[in-house]
Amino acid sequence: MLDELLAIGDRGVGLAQAGEQVEAVVVSARDTEIRVYDHEIESLSSAESQGVGIRLIKDGKQGFAYAGTLDADVLVEALGEARDNAAFGTFDEYQGLAEPDGVEIPELDLYRHELASFSTEAKIELALELERAVLASDPRISGIEQAEYFDTDFSGAIVSTTGVRNAGRETVCYLSTYAMAEQAGETQTGFGFSVGREPGVLDVATTAADAGRRATRLLGATKPASERLTVVLDPWVTAQFLGILGFTLNGEAMLKGRSFFADRLGDEVASPVLTLVDDPTDTRAFSATDTDGEGLATRRNELIVDGVLQMFVHNAYTARRAGTVSTGSAVRGGFTSTPGVGTQAVSLRPGTRSQSELIGGIADGILVADVAGLHSGVNPISGDFSTGAEGLRIRNGEVAEPVREFTIASTLQKMLRDVAAVGNDTEWLPMSSAGVTLVIDDVTVSGA
Amino acid sequence: MIEEAVISRVLGTAMQTGGDFAEVFAEDKRSSSAMLDDGKVEELTSGRDRGAGIRVVVGDTTGFAHTADLSEAGLTAAAQAAAAAARSGGGGTNTVALTRTEHARGYDIEIFPEDVAKATKVELLTRADDIARSAGSAITQVSANYGDSRRRILVANTDGVLTGDDTVRTVFSVSCVATGDTGMQTGRESIGHTVGFELFDRYDVSELALRAAERAITKLGARPAPSGQLPVVIGAGGGGVMFHEACGHGLEADLVGKGASVFRGKVGQQVASPLVTLVDDGTMAREWGCFAIDDEGHPAQRNVLIQDGVLTDYMWDNLRARKEGRASSGNGRRQSYQHLPMVRMTNTYLLDGESDPADIIASTKEAVYIKHLGGGQVNTATGDFVFGMTEAYLIEDGEITEPLREGNLIGNGPEVLRNIDAVGNDFAMGPPGTCGKDGQGVPVGDGVPTLRVTGLTIGGTAA
Repeated sequence: MLDELLAIGDRGVGLAQAGEQVEAVVVSARDTEIRVYDHEIESLSSAESQGVGIRLIKDGKQGFAYAGTLDADVLVEALGEARDNAAFGTFDEYQGLAEPDGVEIPELDLYRHELASFSTEAKIELALELERAVLASDPRISGIEQAEYFDTDFSGAIVSTTGVRNAGRETVCYLSTYAMAEQAGETQTGFGFSVGREPGVLDVATTAADAGRRATRLLGATKPASERLTVVLDPWVTAQFLGILGFTLNGEAMLKGRSFFADRLGDEVASPVLTLVDDPTDTRAFSATDTDGEGLATRRNELIVDGVLQMFVHNAYTARRAGTVSTGSAVRGGFTSTPGVGTQAVSLRPGTRSQSELIGGIADGILVADVAGLHSGVNPISGDFSTGAEGLRIRNGEVAEPVREFTIASTLQKMLRDVAAVGNDTEWLPMSSAGVTLVIDDVTVSGA
Repeated sequence: MIEEAVISRVLGTAMQTGGDFAEVFAEDKRSSSAMLDDGKVEELTSGRDRGAGIRVVVGDTTGFAHTADLSEAGLTAAAQAAAAAARSGGGGTNTVALTRTEHARGYDIEIFPEDVAKATKVELLTRADDIARSAGSAITQVSANYGDSRRRILVANTDGVLTGDDTVRTVFSVSCVATGDTGMQTGRESIGHTVGFELFDRYDVSELALRAAERAITKLGARPAPSGQLPVVIGAGGGGVMFHEACGHGLEADLVGKGASVFRGKVGQQVASPLVTLVDDGTMAREWGCFAIDDEGHPAQRNVLIQDGVLTDYMWDNLRARKEGRASSGNGRRQSYQHLPMVRMTNTYLLDGESDPADIIASTKEAVYIKHLGGGQVNTATGDFVFGMTEAYLIEDGEITEPLREGNLIGNGPEVLRNIDAVGNDFAMGPPGTCGKDGQGVPVGDGVPTLRVTGLTIGGTAA
């Protein structure tokens, strides 16, 4: 399969004319998605998808085209479109493809042949077992909104006229569920998931128990009073917070005047307990990858160390423009877009205390179990931060009554300085950042 | 796209081992976009997506497969995969008689985007950039995006339906960054309609750019939003996102059917203030969420969801409607041929009331006035929802005063619907939206007249 994809990439690149740089990204994936409901298969989707994206640069101008097929004639058509599109770009002296930089591509073990031999029947059984386990996890569980098994076997290749030529294959699968708990006419929901590279490692019991616990612990929740409090972010919430923070450390945002960290290199921008690392070579990360979106080797990048801003992440373009080298941080949303730049697998250096030990030291606070509306209430350019939340009140070092329908607000700049502690409970989640318990002082809680 | 005889045979293959329903959904979509940022046209992109999704329904189980290969061999393989996925067992039907039906859009596309020179599209971007930057030296960054798509679909199913649609959408947006002593602030404006390049005969990108720039500049002087409960006045056309989240999703029959909606079992009951009449309308000509047929071949409909505060009906797709022995309401939509359809909104809006919008503001002592809403999110099972405010002001003693910084508001759907105490007579549609559900995005529109809610929690930081 990989040879086939590389050959298509070679063909695309072979169509380059004098003075043109051409890059071809070729992907092929096979997905299975099984949803169950009421002890039956609700839907079973089996899908194969392919696509190619062609980027062409000539005279400092860039054009792009993609097609959701690997047909040879479509490849030629896409290249022609990309060439035509390039004529309308604005000249930019820094425009250009990535060039191999000598950093060796790490050997990451991201593919499991076990997935292919795991039968559809066994996958269905995993999903059905998950639903049964959720329903049995607590008498107050009234039903499930969703129980799902998903897997993908993904292959991708990237070839360019600048000498990039590599390919890789990876497998990912997960179980996920949303449970509903009911008591006295009130409903609460909770999720659970388990992620791995082969179905054998998925943990039905923990997934079901998490969903059941998350839903039932919110029963009876009320709206808290409005006040400033210390908040404890659950690992799941911290991971989402880190995803937003990643934007401010992106070389493109920095160069284009969209990062409030733009002129802060070397400054103490966060609490000294905070060390933030982006390491896509760590195979525990769901988003681990050996090469970035331009085919350069990924590497470990220390972004903030002991609260001091160390670096921004770059792709080939932003690095050239900033007068530095790529950090292997080109990211792309599949074959349908040109590479941007971003963090790929960020995590915080863990502290020494568990979540319950951290809560034990807080007289008055809120454990934030989940957040909503991060896309609508957080502006990573201004730093304004406001998000819907639900969770549990903390009183005298103990978790107390559940609370819901409130917001937590601050600014990203202030929250980073207000970080009081990082937990020891790093959790690798199905996203490009890892979770860990995070304690932040002086956050505004808006409720009743 | 595909010959009728081929479709008929493929449907026969899908049902060859039994089944209650089978469907072929074929799609051919061409899109183009152009992006300007940092004063440069960074790139133009052309895209082509073409393929078919085939589903087979047996009892409560749906089998689904999709392919990018529209040849009979490719379609047959997908039909076999879908049938196997549905695990049908019994005897099958093998002939499907199709009746081709055309559903008119009700208006014509005047200028197809593929007939417009790329240079003309690029010129819109540079004009928007120039105008936004001319709004003031505080404007430090501008990006502008142009996008168009032409999506042709064909839907055929074992009920004998054979129909299609050809939908053209065009969208344009401008985002600005303003920098001042207080840091950076942003302003964004967008327009999008289910029309061709004539969009730009109706709207001037210069005005759009100026509004985006002015919003960013205004916010440089904004103070932190309040924290806690206050009355809220939402301006006409600022966005119907509040209704989309407060009750729209909760009225989708798939969520209701699973007990995952606070509006379950409430048809015929008073669920909102008598001032509320809420409509979901896929027929609304040229709006962002309109179409001739939905993605299951059902003609678009205008559906009244709440009449004078009383819940009249949910929104339905084919699958959920079949189960209840009723007709679909034309709300079966999907992101692409690679996705299964589900119940989705189209253009969701609140009908005009009788109040003069100026009176609504003048009669409000202390409140937040939201001129422009951002996105939102809801948990339909609990009814708790959030939505963002991207342009908001304080109302003090009946007057709109100081601008506020961004933030979310949070409320509970059924409570907020009951607490609407004024609805204006100045209805306007809001900007184009993309509604996300279960990982699928579809274009939706929304609109409201000026309205007031007696209390919502404002997620700011000011005491």
